[in-house]
Amino acid sequence: MIQVEGVTKRYGPKTAVSNISFEVERGEIVGFLGPNGAGKTTTMRILTGFLPPTQGTASVAGFDVGKSPIEVKRRIGYLPEAPPLYPEMEVGDYLRFVAAIKRIPNKEIARRVDAVLERTATGAVRDLLVGKLSKGYRQRVGLAQALIHSPEVLVLDEPTSGLDPKQIIEVRGLIRSLAGEHTILLSTHILPEVAGTCGRVIIINEGRIEASDTPENLTAQLQGADSLLLDIDGPAEQVRERLELDLAVRKVVEQEARNGRTVWRVEADKDENLTRRLAEAVVTSGWGLYGMRSLGLSLEDIFLKLTSDESAAAQAEEEIPEPVAESDPTADEGSESGEGEDE
Amino acid sequence: MRNIWTIAMREFKVYFTSPIAYIVLAMFAVVFGYFFTAGLAFFMDYSASVQAQGGAGAPPLNVNQFVIEPSLGNMSIVLLFLMPMITMRLFAEEQRSGTIELLLTSPLQDYHIICGKWLGALLLYACLLLVAVLNISVLFLYTTPDWKPLLVSLLGLLLMGGSMIAIGTFLSTLTRNQIVAGALTFGVLLLLWVLNWISSYETSTFSRLCEYLAISPHFEQFSKGVIELKDLLYYISAISLGLFLSKRSLEALRWKA
Repeated sequence: MIQVEGVTKRYGPKTAVSNISFEVERGEIVGFLGPNGAGKTTTMRILTGFLPPTQGTASVAGFDVGKSPIEVKRRIGYLPEAPPLYPEMEVGDYLRFVAAIKRIPNKEIARRVDAVLERTATGAVRDLLVGKLSKGYRQRVGLAQALIHSPEVLVLDEPTSGLDPKQIIEVRGLIRSLAGEHTILLSTHILPEVAGTCGRVIIINEGRIEASDTPENLTAQLQGADSLLLDIDGPAEQVRERLELDLAVRKVVEQEARNGRTVWRVEADKDENLTRRLAEAVVTSGWGLYGMRSLGLSLEDIFLKLTSDESAAAQAEEEIPEPVAESDPTADEGSESGEGEDE
Repeated sequence: MRNIWTIAMREFKVYFTSPIAYIVLAMFAVVFGYFFTAGLAFFMDYSASVQAQGGAGAPPLNVNQFVIEPSLGNMSIVLLFLMPMITMRLFAEEQRSGTIELLLTSPLQDYHIICGKWLGALLLYACLLLVAVLNISVLFLYTTPDWKPLLVSLLGLLLMGGSMIAIGTFLSTLTRNQIVAGALTFGVLLLLWVLNWISSYETSTFSRLCEYLAISPHFEQFSKGVIELKDLLYYISAISLGLFLSKRSLEALRWKA
C-alpha cells in the first residue's frame, strides 16, 4: 500500500531523512517511532505530497507521489501534528469544506459529514466554532477531516500529542477501530502507544531506520530471553534449588528479602509455559506465591538501546529508573512489562 | 472550477465571520460617502453659479464628469489602504496556523488554491464597489447620468482592484507574518501608485516606462468610459503576473517548508 524507496530529504546542509526504505501492507497499522527530530514528520510529509523528496521515490496505492500527486492525495487522509483547523469556521462547515476540496461529489457531502461526525463522536460540537473546541475535540475533528473521503491510507502524525490520559485512550481506541478498513501509518515518540495500537513498529533515528518488526518480536530479538520476577514466601535455599530445577531456567538471583519473603529474579530461555510451570512448582511445594511478573525488555529499553549513543543512554538511565527498583514486586501475575508513559 | 469556487467561497465567508469585512466595508462606506457628498456639494454650488451667469439657456453640467468621475478616481486612493488589509491574511495566515498543509495535501492543483483565494478577495472587493454604486445610484433619482461610462469605470475598478489583489496574494505567500505581508503590499502598491510622478518632470525612456508600469494612469481612460487595449492588457498582465508569482512561491514553499 505504501512503498518508500531510498528516500532522502535534505534541507540545505542538514539531512532530515537519509536513504530510508520501507513498505506498509494493506490493512496494517504501522507505528513510526523515534525521538523528536528523527525525521518522522518529514517522511510523512513526503508521503502525503506536501514535500518533494531530494532523492528516492515514494508511492501510495501504486501511484508515485511525485508523478501523480493528485491520485495519491485522493487516497490519503493526513492528520498533521497540529490539526489543520480554521478557528473561525463551525465544525460542520469546516468538514463540508474539507469534503469539497477532497473532491467528494456535492450530493454525498452531507452524508459523509454525518458519517465522520458519528465515527469520531464529534456530533455534539457540530455547530461550535472550531476555535472554541477543547484540545481533545480538536484532535478528533482533525481525525474526522482525515477520514472524510474514506481514504485507503491514513497518515497520522502524533495523533495523541498533548491530550490528557482519558483522551489518549479514546483516540487510540478510535485508531484501533479504523484498522482493517484503512492502512494506517502513525508516528509517535510515546512507546506504549505503539505497543498498544500497532501491528508493526518502524524505529527511526537521525533520519535512518534502525529496526522494523512487531513490538513482540523486537523485544524477543533484542533480548532472546525472558526474565521473571517472583515473590515467594519459603526457605531461600530450597526455593532456589527448586527454581533451578526447571530446564529453561538459566540463572536465579536473589533480588530482595523481607518479612520471610524473597523476591527472585529468574532468567530463562524464551518459553511460553515457563510462567505456568514455575507457579505450579512453587505452589505444589507448599510455598506462598505473592507475585509474579515478566520483566521482558520494555519497548522503552529497546528504543533507548537503538536510538541512543552511550552518553544519551547514560543520561536516560538516570531519568528513567530501572523497572525493578521502581515497581512493586507483588504485582499481579501476568501483568505486562510496559511501564507508564514518560510524558 | 468547482475547487476554485470552494476555496473562494470559504475565503469570502471568513471575511464575514472575522471583523475584517465589516471594518473594511465600514471604513470604505464612510470615506467614499464623504468623497461623494463633497463632490456633489461642489457640483451643486458650481452648477448654480453657472446657471446664474449663463441664464436658463446654458446647457446643464455633466454629472458624470463632475461627480462620478472624481469620486471613483478618489476611491482608488482608498483602495491603496484597504487592499493590504484584504490580502495580507490570504496565505500568511495559513502558513502560521499550519492549515496550508491541509490545502497542499488535498487533491487540488496549486492554481485552484491561488485562484480561489484571489477570487474570494475579489468578491469582498466587489462588495466595496457595491457600496460605491449604492451612493452613485442616488444620482439617478434626481438626474439622468449616463450609465454606460459608469459601467466601464466599474469594470476598470474591478480590473485595477484585481491587479492589486493579485500582487497582495503573491506577497502574502512570502511570509507567515500577516503584518509583514500587509506592510509589503502597502509599500509595493504605493510605489506602483506614484511611479508615474517622475514622468511629469522628464521624458526619458525610463520615465516613460515608469509611466506605463504605474497602476493608476491606466484607470484614467476607464473612468472616462473609454476601454483602451493597452490598459486592459496592463491589468490582465498584472493579474496574471501576480498569480503566476504566487504559484512559483507556493512551489518554493514546498521545497523549504
